[in-house]
Amino acid sequence: MSLRFAPDNSGAWNEMFSASGEPRSLYGRLVSDLQEFTLADLRERADALQRTFLDRGVTFAHSGEERPFPLDLVPRIIGSLEWERLSQGVAQRVRALEAFLDDAYGEGRAFDDGVIPRALVTTSPHFLRAAFGVRAANGVRVVVSGIDLVRDETGNFRVLEDNLRTPSGVSYVIENRRAMTQHFSALFSDHRVHPVDSYPARLYGALRAAAPARVSDPTVVVLTPGVHNPAYFEHVVLARLMGVELVEGRDLLCRANRVYMRTTAGERPVHVIYRRLDDDWLDPLQCRPDSIIGVAGLVNAARAGNVTLANALGNGIADDKVVYSYVPDFIRYYLGEKPVLDNVDTWRLFEPGVVDEVAASLEEFVIKPVDGSGGKGIVIGPRASKAEIETTRRAILARPRGFIAQRPVALSTLPTLVGDEIAPRHVDLRPFAVNDGRDVWVLPGGLTRVALGEGELIVNSSRGGGSKDTWVLSDEPASFGQAHVPRSVRSSRGARLDASPRQNDEMATSGGEQ
Amino acid sequence: MLSRLAESLFWLGRYIERADDTARMVDTYVHRMVEDPRNDERATCQSLLAILGVDAPSGAARLEPTLQTIVYDSENPNSIAGALSAAHDNARRSRDVISSEVWVALNATRHELPAREAEARLRGPANYLAYVRERCALLAGVADATMSHDEGWHYLVLGRTLERIDMVARLLRGRVVNERVAPDWVAFLRAAGAMEAYMRSGVEIHDAGGVAGFLLLDRNFPRSALFGLLRADECLVEISPGGQRATAGDSARHALHRARTTLEYLTSDDVNDQLSELLTMLEVTCTRVTDAVTDRYFRHDDAVSWNWEGAL
Repeated sequence: MSLRFAPDNSGAWNEMFSASGEPRSLYGRLVSDLQEFTLADLRERADALQRTFLDRGVTFAHSGEERPFPLDLVPRIIGSLEWERLSQGVAQRVRALEAFLDDAYGEGRAFDDGVIPRALVTTSPHFLRAAFGVRAANGVRVVVSGIDLVRDETGNFRVLEDNLRTPSGVSYVIENRRAMTQHFSALFSDHRVHPVDSYPARLYGALRAAAPARVSDPTVVVLTPGVHNPAYFEHVVLARLMGVELVEGRDLLCRANRVYMRTTAGERPVHVIYRRLDDDWLDPLQCRPDSIIGVAGLVNAARAGNVTLANALGNGIADDKVVYSYVPDFIRYYLGEKPVLDNVDTWRLFEPGVVDEVAASLEEFVIKPVDGSGGKGIVIGPRASKAEIETTRRAILARPRGFIAQRPVALSTLPTLVGDEIAPRHVDLRPFAVNDGRDVWVLPGGLTRVALGEGELIVNSSRGGGSKDTWVLSDEPASFGQAHVPRSVRSSRGARLDASPRQNDEMATSGGEQ
Repeated sequence: MLSRLAESLFWLGRYIERADDTARMVDTYVHRMVEDPRNDERATCQSLLAILGVDAPSGAARLEPTLQTIVYDSENPNSIAGALSAAHDNARRSRDVISSEVWVALNATRHELPAREAEARLRGPANYLAYVRERCALLAGVADATMSHDEGWHYLVLGRTLERIDMVARLLRGRVVNERVAPDWVAFLRAAGAMEAYMRSGVEIHDAGGVAGFLLLDRNFPRSALFGLLRADECLVEISPGGQRATAGDSARHALHRARTTLEYLTSDDVNDQLSELLTMLEVTCTRVTDAVTDRYFRHDDAVSWNWEGAL
């Protein structure tokens, strides 16, 4: 019996099927490929995949327990035209946020020109006075960013939040692809998918580019909070794939505003630190004095220009969800461009009168704390209990600056293997952007996170979500025909080989990538 | 390489070897006890605990609680499960320098162990112990074949070698301390993984001096003390920034050389007469070398806590 897809009654945009139940053209091949499997086949593959992940240690610590990060077998597909627009939009956003951060921790033109109130930035929980004037040699503050996107009911991509501090998840993009090509290679034969494994090289290039001036061969390290951090696996993968040391705070020391790492052959200077440690914990002298995972003196060394911290200090102000609502203005103000990607409709509660209006009809809004991450503290009005609504109302009235209100968006859905059926589940998308100072490169793919509970809208891995392999096609399937695929090619020895489109594609894209 | 990583690799080597050696030892002792009714349970348990230097659990006279302590207790780094868990911990900290295959092998072992333990509780520990030995051999092999034999590798081997010397000394000590309950020489050699090698060396079997002499002095057998001392010295040469020439002031190599020289000038009568002192010397040597290497290469500060100014 061929595979059945459970119907989607969520009212959200289904990425795979149109409202009439037909597969969208982008997914046509995939749906027919999938239908050659039985549910038992899929289940078996999913279990094998899970075991590989557990053995390889591809895990995420969830409430203290190490679990494999669930990867769903049904991939997500993004067409090349749509991707082009998305990556332009993401890059544009990163450029605008770079300009804003540089301005906010520098001249403050935007404040004087009335683009955003100065008080809003200085009252942000992530505002860091110590970051003022700390600037990398190439001026980049956002070497790595993860811009969370969601697709609304009409199929339009919108930005949900910006992550410019220590966005995680890129290792899962790489591992997911590796696992999918291993366990489910049949699916790839009909699609030209952009590879994702050039990310570490891009990141390494960007980190080296951010090195202090006058250092010709900079030493780059990845700084991790340690093995107990939920994303430790990712830190290991990135360090290994970049071929640099993975250090903990105790491996580093600062002397005379220079940073060294302790090695068996003595102390070695360090020039660029890709830190996966929050500002708060970075330097006990400047931030939290009780931090034992940080390095005393790091901030001064960065200010003296002897070491570059990536991402830069104080980026958290741009993650603040009230500041988020100003990003379209930043794009117009700093870049003089029209925003490519829209925000989700957002109400700024600190503006006069707004909070009362929202408080009166809370059931119609999603309320988010401005500094929350990992889905913490979010109240979804239409689904909240009376008691929750009451608590939230009191909270926002007491501290309007601490929250934003948004229109509820039904995240788009994708068929997902859950238990014994393939049923629609809500997904989002986190593309990763790397800024090397010359241009902003967006990894073709990104992390598609899926909320595994039925109707669940919060997809964060820290809330037990899973992920999907995300395919950016280098060609629309409609034009994917005979004309592009030679029926056979000659190998260098002259033997005839049947060319699969996949092989062909890899040669073409890897040639064009670097 | 980073001092912290060097330290993790060193201990990774030690813990894997510890699990392996302990499994061999427990296997032999338990096997003998089951086989030969004259060997009483209480004495067997006591000598096992004494050899491993583990405090006796309550009810130590019985096999079950003893095995719990020295085999299954994952909190105790001297037990098999504990050593593997500690090895896993160190591997996790050094995951970016060990090869993925070593990591996968160790990780898979860790996930498999609870099922093996459940089975062992029903049917006796033999399969569990065989599994552990097999995995340790696999780990050693995979590490050898897939990791560069660079600086980090030498720390791994150094750790493994020191642990091996230490365990041989402990094993012999069990024989010296309490000859009555120790297994016969055949079982004893088997516990040291040396039975076949010993037989092939063509020495009389029931000669205490011969067996001890073999385990201490044989130059070809990889589990003998002398072999270990020579191997450890090679590692230290590779690790040392000055290489072969920098012996002056290298207290780790001093300790090794002293022990090696003592062993090399022994006659087999000496081995018989001075066994107890020799074993003490070997144990002390392992501790000294570990301390010296730690001091010299595994530099770290103690955790610092900060006070607000004037807040004394």
